[in-house]
Amino acid sequence: MFEHYLSLFIRAVFVENMALAFFLGMCTFLAISKKVETALGLGIAVIVVLTLTVPVNNFILHNFLDEGALAWTGIAALEQVDLRFLGLMCYIGLIAAIVQILEMVLDRYVPALYNALGIFLPLITVNCAILGASLFMVERNYQFGESVVFGFGAGFGWALAIVLLAAIREKLKYSDVPEGLRGLGIVFVITGLMSLGFMSFAGVQL
Amino acid sequence: MKDKNSIGNVLRVAVGVCLVCAVIVSTAAVTLRPLQEENRAAFRQLNVLRAAGLYEPGMNVSAAFERIERRIIDFDTGSYVDPPGGFDPVRAVRDPAQSRALSGDPAGIGRRTHYGEVFLAYDDGGQLERIILPVHAYGLWSTMYAFLALEPDLRTVAGISFFEHGETPGLGGEIDNPRWQENWVGRRVRDQAGNAVFRVDRGRTPEGVADADYRVDGLTGATITSKGVENMVRFWLGEEGYGTYLTRLESRIRAGEVM
Amino acid sequence: MAQLKTREVLFAPIFANNPIALQILGICSALAITTKLSTTVTMCLAVIFVLTLSNFFVSVIRNMIPSNIRIIVQMTIITALVIVVDQFLQAYAFQLSRELSVFVGLIITNCIVLGRAEAFAMQNPPWISAVDGFGNALGYSVVLLAVGFSRELFGSGSVFGMQLMALASEGGWYIPNGLMLLPPSAFFLIGGFIWILRSVRVEQVETEPYEIGPNTRTSPAF
Repeated sequence: MFEHYLSLFIRAVFVENMALAFFLGMCTFLAISKKVETALGLGIAVIVVLTLTVPVNNFILHNFLDEGALAWTGIAALEQVDLRFLGLMCYIGLIAAIVQILEMVLDRYVPALYNALGIFLPLITVNCAILGASLFMVERNYQFGESVVFGFGAGFGWALAIVLLAAIREKLKYSDVPEGLRGLGIVFVITGLMSLGFMSFAGVQL
Repeated sequence: MKDKNSIGNVLRVAVGVCLVCAVIVSTAAVTLRPLQEENRAAFRQLNVLRAAGLYEPGMNVSAAFERIERRIIDFDTGSYVDPPGGFDPVRAVRDPAQSRALSGDPAGIGRRTHYGEVFLAYDDGGQLERIILPVHAYGLWSTMYAFLALEPDLRTVAGISFFEHGETPGLGGEIDNPRWQENWVGRRVRDQAGNAVFRVDRGRTPEGVADADYRVDGLTGATITSKGVENMVRFWLGEEGYGTYLTRLESRIRAGEVM
Repeated sequence: MAQLKTREVLFAPIFANNPIALQILGICSALAITTKLSTTVTMCLAVIFVLTLSNFFVSVIRNMIPSNIRIIVQMTIITALVIVVDQFLQAYAFQLSRELSVFVGLIITNCIVLGRAEAFAMQNPPWISAVDGFGNALGYSVVLLAVGFSRELFGSGSVFGMQLMALASEGGWYIPNGLMLLPPSAFFLIGGFIWILRSVRVEQVETEPYEIGPNTRTSPAF
């Protein structure tokens, strides 16, 4: 069992890296990777949010939306109901709600962490990596335990990628880039190269 | 205009927007569902026919599918079963009561259902023409799904059709290249004793090897995908897959019970 | 506020203020689905549909939306539209919807959609908002189509699945560039697109935070 989770985690971090293999969360990935420090803050926020939202959405899917999932209510009319088409709406609503709640809880009880993460939290709602992870969880039929590991792994992989990119961009300040490529252009090219590098993890199996 | 940030208005807008959206979404979902299910079924049927080599462009798929019989089998005993409420492979693989975790697991699929589907194609005279088996295995990036069609001798491949995979485009993704799939036709996948024997070579199969019949050319630059395909065939035609069923079917065909 | 010209609102986002190249919005889905033109076109149409209508509807009720729940209201409208698109694709273009898989759903978090709703539709009347949505979706589509076209042409030697250059593996002369089919190539192509765009429109070039000083070393022995 442990091995299974470990291999799932490694896959989520390296092989199926949210940012570099599926290109999710790219907007924030490119926009907020100028400094390692801020990239790290955002990365940690993404890890926290993903570790929470994927399992919660998994719970919602298996207890409310899936065909026959409402059987626990005991109401015969609900036993065959298939609400999967509402999935998207529930997931995004939950993500928005969890991010809001997390923000309020952090503000109240862990002000230090809130000050560090605060500005990034609202941004995260529209980060496709968050919604993407929930959708992958649905597509791949993860069980609850697997969804916790997958959520954490996906977040960790994304954070790793953005910190790496930020580190490269800090070094990039000192290089002489052709005018038209400066800024966004060269970042695209670098991300492409990084993603080629991450492709070599393909086929890694534990 | 009243204060739009009052609690009353917040609730009114929230409820209003939710209601309108819910009605639109539900209408779309409910009215389009029959069409979607038809599509899904047609897509499966199309790939079964394609694997069996019975598909021609522009044909009426559901009419052609009428001579194909879908049966449910028990993998362990190899006999036909008729589970009440039907059998849904997608659902069953998730249900611990209907599937079990595999030890060893060469095909990288994690769990295998107790029951499985087979498709039997009959020709116009009612003779068994093809046996089509749904198979899947993990390749480099993704689980590859295919239908493997066998001749009535239960050894020779009549065709294969990969219908879902996420392998590297241009390399492993070439498994859905019809040109490569043509290579499979006429290859043998089980030996005289009924054991699953099959190899996907690295590159071309060398000239003059004794077991050339049991090998197929590999895909260039796709070692791991090729290995996955090889494991897929070996697993699904072996003891834990359709092996028992095929052996049983073979002896029944010999005895003349099944034509 | 000054009267906005329809024509300006419509065409400005295509080159002058392209959402992908300048505003870094909506790249997420742009990369994964551009290996083939057919999926690219479907994606573009879906985004045009969603963006135009979401801008329109958000703008219609913009005076009623309380500011503290506005993001969620916008999200709900966008999500409803995306689900409708998804359901339609599954019903009428099953093969394409399989190839697009989760990426149709990800239009919801396509930053262009929410970004335009928040930045434009909340302040402007419905008609001009719809035009703005349409224009931005076009700007997005131009980049996507350019990427999709090059990837399919050089990666598989075909356009819309029609073989233009006979492949070497099938007896022709063209050896396909496998890199084009791999996802990272989309980054290189968009990077190149930005480079070309900024060579033409020099005002878009970003300034470096540091200027590199001239080399002051005088001798190699230094």
